[in-house]
Amino acid sequence: MEHHHLSPGDWESIQADPAFRQLVAMKRRFIVPATIFFLVYYFALPILVGFAPALMERQAIGHLNAAYVFALSQFAMAWILLALYLQRARKFDFMEAQIVRRVRSEFR
Amino acid sequence: MSPTVVMFVVFVAITLVITYFASGRSKTSRGFYSAHRRISGFQNGWAVAGDYMSAASFLGITGLIAFFGFDGFMYSVGWLVAYLTVLLLVAEPLRNTGKYTMADVISFRNRGRGVRAIAAISTLIITLFYMIAQMVGAGSLVNALIPGFSFNTAIIVVGVLMLVYVTVGGMLATTWVQTIKAGLLLGASALLSVLVLSHYHFSLGDFFAAAANAHGAVGAGTTKSLLQPGLFFSGRWGALDLLSLGIALVLGTAGLPHILMRFYTVPSAKAARTSVAWAMVLIGIFYLLTTFMGFGAATLVGQARIGPHVGSGEAIRYIAHHPAQAPALNADLQRDGYIVPVKNDNLAAIVLAQSLGGDLFLAFIAAVAFATILAVVAGLTIAASSAFAHDIWWTLVRNGEGDEVEQLQVARMTAAVVAVISIVLAIWLKNLNVAFLVGLAFAVAASANVPAIILTLAWKRFNRAGTISGMIAGLVSSLALIAIGPAVMGVDPADAVVRHLIQAPPIFPLANPGLVSVPLGFIAAVVGTLLSRDPESEALYAQLEVRATTGLGAEL
Repeated sequence: MEHHHLSPGDWESIQADPAFRQLVAMKRRFIVPATIFFLVYYFALPILVGFAPALMERQAIGHLNAAYVFALSQFAMAWILLALYLQRARKFDFMEAQIVRRVRSEFR
Repeated sequence: MSPTVVMFVVFVAITLVITYFASGRSKTSRGFYSAHRRISGFQNGWAVAGDYMSAASFLGITGLIAFFGFDGFMYSVGWLVAYLTVLLLVAEPLRNTGKYTMADVISFRNRGRGVRAIAAISTLIITLFYMIAQMVGAGSLVNALIPGFSFNTAIIVVGVLMLVYVTVGGMLATTWVQTIKAGLLLGASALLSVLVLSHYHFSLGDFFAAAANAHGAVGAGTTKSLLQPGLFFSGRWGALDLLSLGIALVLGTAGLPHILMRFYTVPSAKAARTSVAWAMVLIGIFYLLTTFMGFGAATLVGQARIGPHVGSGEAIRYIAHHPAQAPALNADLQRDGYIVPVKNDNLAAIVLAQSLGGDLFLAFIAAVAFATILAVVAGLTIAASSAFAHDIWWTLVRNGEGDEVEQLQVARMTAAVVAVISIVLAIWLKNLNVAFLVGLAFAVAASANVPAIILTLAWKRFNRAGTISGMIAGLVSSLALIAIGPAVMGVDPADAVVRHLIQAPPIFPLANPGLVSVPLGFIAAVVGTLLSRDPESEALYAQLEVRATTGLGAEL
């Protein structure tokens, strides 16, 4: 509730601030490619399983076929992407804290 | 009392004590809906996992893998990857811009009454469908495992307990129930998996070799290894159905109101991110374990001993030793008023527990399964009651100016009404195959809620007309396509116990509507937006973007 006193003009000036624009751009530079990547990686599984079953039924590792190995790799993919995001988010938090600190001193 | 009942009573006693202590901190709307936003990110991660890993996951997927192998495991994969959508696109901006409900975010820029009303209605529809699936699951589980405990008694016990947790202890008690349940479920699954692997001397090679030798039937007379795809999603439309399911699973989670609501219980967006991270670790481990439980049931117990032969706990034990006498026993059970599904693969995990760890372990796993259902229905009840009390009553009827005491009374009354409706519907629908209701909840969430949430957060031009048209198109198309699809329509043989709702051939070929309804939801949202202009909504984008990105002005 603390910033409900900010006027529409205040929100717009923060939104136009170069430091804020930079934070938004940096977040997008990670989130957009990461989202496209995981959607492509995930949907490749049902698409290949459904439409290229011969390929996916081939033995890959031991008794495991390509489909099962690909399915298990989705767990690794999700956890790796999570780790990358958590690491990147520390940078976002740092930039966010700077913006918040400045806004608090300017608008109070 | 059977050991299952004793263990379940212990769980209930502990959670009721917690509920009693939580009651003092649920006397304001902030306390009731969001536990004063004081849950840590770590605990909320456990609670999200406990809210999410339903009986459909534990019992349903284990059974699906035992019978259909790889295709069952596809659910496990989708339900974990879904959290990347939550992590990257939804959790943090939602925490920063909303207050108690999903509708808070969707109506952030579109403050008209219609937007909030439809978001609340969508929440109520999703939670009710999801709830009935859980309740019917609870009823059949108890009915099958505890002699003398009828389906109706089980449903009423679940309904009353969830009502007590929510109305007395609010979000704080619900959070603890979910946290404890997540611990129990993960512990039980890990134990079960270790027991399975010990039979293979902890050699993954031997384990998968055995799984590769277990087979399932495809069509008449031909079989396939369980490790191969195509046992469940087979036939002409199998490939498209699998893809369609994937769409609903991966997007739908980010639109489930009872999951989204959990992110308001933590102090900041950063804590919301921590919750998703822990949830992804726990949920990922659990879904990996479904491989061992599912194939363990298929290889160590065998489908013949899980499938058609289901009755009381005694019946399971008896049949495990005398499989040939199963059909006669089934007839006896039916005469005694038990519901005996023709093929109840839902009990694979339970039968596996009995065969590996004996009666006491069976009792423990059954109690965990019951606790699982309880935690999920409590989360659903609080989501439904906040959607009605906060969105419809407080904001729409009272224009945000009613008094707090009244709002909480409405929330508690809503919980009671939800409990009664769920009990009645679950008893009424007990002989129907209701598994599709979970799929329906995911499809509605993915088609109606997710386009509205994502476009509200990311597209400045998005407006009221777009929100309403997108949500209605997503909601109506997913409901309609399920209603005319093979989940609801089908012709059963005369002696089938679990029946389709409509006895006629399906009109829409896919059981999962996501492939059609999700694009429809997005397209209608975009078209509705482009057909109108809404300067107020566009002007509010500045505030939304700053709040979502920085947390300035977020609810404390």
